[in-house]
Amino acid sequence: MVLKIELPHVGESVTEAEIGKWLKSPGDEIEKYEPLVEIVTDKVSMELPAPASGVLTKILAVEGDTVEMGAVIAKMETSDQEIESEPETSPTTATPPANRIGTLVQGANVGPTGGEFLDTSLASSPTGDKSTTNSPPISADGRQRFSPVVKRLGAKHDIDFNTLTGTGRGGRVTKDDVLAAINTGTSSSAPMTESVEPDDQVIKPSAIRRTIAEHMVKSKTEIPHAWSAIEVDVTGMVEWRVTNKSSFEKKHGVRLTYLPVTLAVVSKALKSNPQINSSWVDGKIILKTAINVGIAVATEEGLVVPVVQDSVNSSIPVLARQLDQAVSRARKSKLTLDDVRGGTFTLNNTGALGSILSGAIINHPQAAILTTEAIVKRPMVNSKNDTVEVRSMMNVCLSFDHRIIDGAEAMRFLLAVKTELEAIDVSFDPGDAIDVKPITN
Amino acid sequence: MPEQNLIEAVRETMRSEMRRDESVIILGEDVGAHGGVFLATDGFIEEFGEDRVIDTPLAESLICGVALGAAVNGMRPIAEIQFADFVWPAINQLVGETARVRYGTNGAKTAPMTIRIPYGGGVRGGLYHSQSIEVLFSHTPGLTVVAPATSYDAKGLLASAIRANDPVIVLEHKRTYRLVKGNVPSEDYTIPIGQAEIKRPGTDLTVVTYGLMLHYVLQAAEAAAAEGIEVEVLDLRTLRPLDKNSIVESVSRTGKALIVQEDTLAVSISSEVAAIIAERCFFDLDGPVTRLGPPEIPPMPFSPLMEAEFMPSPEKILTAIKKLADI
Repeated sequence: MVLKIELPHVGESVTEAEIGKWLKSPGDEIEKYEPLVEIVTDKVSMELPAPASGVLTKILAVEGDTVEMGAVIAKMETSDQEIESEPETSPTTATPPANRIGTLVQGANVGPTGGEFLDTSLASSPTGDKSTTNSPPISADGRQRFSPVVKRLGAKHDIDFNTLTGTGRGGRVTKDDVLAAINTGTSSSAPMTESVEPDDQVIKPSAIRRTIAEHMVKSKTEIPHAWSAIEVDVTGMVEWRVTNKSSFEKKHGVRLTYLPVTLAVVSKALKSNPQINSSWVDGKIILKTAINVGIAVATEEGLVVPVVQDSVNSSIPVLARQLDQAVSRARKSKLTLDDVRGGTFTLNNTGALGSILSGAIINHPQAAILTTEAIVKRPMVNSKNDTVEVRSMMNVCLSFDHRIIDGAEAMRFLLAVKTELEAIDVSFDPGDAIDVKPITN
Repeated sequence: MPEQNLIEAVRETMRSEMRRDESVIILGEDVGAHGGVFLATDGFIEEFGEDRVIDTPLAESLICGVALGAAVNGMRPIAEIQFADFVWPAINQLVGETARVRYGTNGAKTAPMTIRIPYGGGVRGGLYHSQSIEVLFSHTPGLTVVAPATSYDAKGLLASAIRANDPVIVLEHKRTYRLVKGNVPSEDYTIPIGQAEIKRPGTDLTVVTYGLMLHYVLQAAEAAAAEGIEVEVLDLRTLRPLDKNSIVESVSRTGKALIVQEDTLAVSISSEVAAIIAERCFFDLDGPVTRLGPPEIPPMPFSPLMEAEFMPSPEKILTAIKKLADI
């Protein structure tokens, strides 16, 4: 029987893979589960096991080809009689297909899973012994400490550790550093020496820093950014906040800031301008039905973006509480996976840091990011009577994916935000949903 | 291939084993008329009759003692302990007698029996329906202990256990019964006892785990991948004998190991895995062998909040992964 060998789906977000080295040639006898070919994706490299025993007849994708998941990459002739493989004691290398591991049934009829709680304190060290993992790589007598694998590899390849720049915690020389030194023939610090002076400090970025770096590069290189700003007169909103601050806090137990108001206004404006709430995926534009706005929060570790789910259908007091909780979890590094999932648009209150204009980088794969800038009092000309008045002004900036959104649509969205923010005065009722109509020119 | 949840895989495996071998019988509390508290034997008494599907008194010592007697006399009994928490009265039959039959008779007698034990928490079971009891049996030479975490593995390992010529304890995590669903080929197959499996390949560190925790670890590994940490996940599947070679091969390759379990850590499966790594991977280690488990308190708490706090969660596992990766 001829069997088509397909490239398996190896992960949700992976759509294609590169064919590595073929470990078998046409005509070779192959055993079920025997490695056939190396597959390289942006997430993992793996060996594809033979789906059955038989003879490899044809290779359809050669080394270096990029192939879509599910595509046929080879054909084989299978023996009809499948023989159960004998128990073996050698280590297992092949991984089972995802459908054999299975999925978790939502709402299975038993109690809570324990997966929904935020406290990660147990993970730090359940035994209470924190000395091992936190100990610096310097021993008491001032000498550097090396892990067993580093020492073994270093001795075998005659590596002088003094020539290495450790990239581990506290400058520790890691296994990867030694392997890099072996590969380059000298030391891993060689490529860096040109730009690093002896007194300079070399810092290995944390995982979150590396992720931010990757996301920023991905966004800035993949998405053609365009940018617009608009001036908003928020004198009415400022007065409204001053008037209602204490009563709001008393009533809802949370401080009244401008953030929930702008979040509500932006969410409604997204609803009436759906192309702003979208993604460019594989040459197609996906208009998102859900409006989940991520809020950029600066933490000690770096920028994180907790997401307010379905922000379009919440009142300002509800949004205020959600934001307060999300921001406080973010600052305590206690965000859960659910907290950061599903964002369709991002709002960044750069004004809190004093900024008056921002060319923000879009949160990939979203289509746009909006920043609210510092509110400053400025002399403004009242066009009705040509007098100069002191008004509270705020810039609102939008970076957008020019593949999806043109300037006209971006400005229509910004004008919707401006109109609603300027309509707020002391009589504004935060409990009411704000109705934003699309602006037509 | 039909999709089955784990309890369906257990039920269908026992059904087909009873059809292919008349010496396979089942005994336990409520396994007959009621079909088992988890419905593992639903419909069995109608198909196989009262002689092969035997309702016993509430006496675990009797269940295991009778199964042992039947086993040494040519039957292949499957004893069901209703909840792991109730197995203690049978300890002398299992540890003191069953484990020693082959050795004690110089190989003249063997005990080809399977003891199915639903264990584990996270099911609001409180003090008497949530225990992890794997350590005592895994410590006992003469017993084999398997703990499948997927429907596919449940079928293959249970079939191996029933066909084995020595006693095998099959630990089934209650929470996985209806939570975990996966493809199970309808044709006959077995999974060799004593083989771990890499459920997810990775390069940065190895997480060794088993049971319900496998699924939490896989979720955490997926989240870690989004942060650039490639985690290899090794599912032990058999707790005695441990698949030392697979543990050593994986950890030697990644250089770092985290062991995650639902059972408390002191003198546990994780202790043994850590010892194997220390003995055989020393010169390949690039970080301390680390472990994640619940706090050292006697039982699973009953309060839902405290139970959730007790259980390792994907979030806690992710934190431990990131911490180890960052060394």
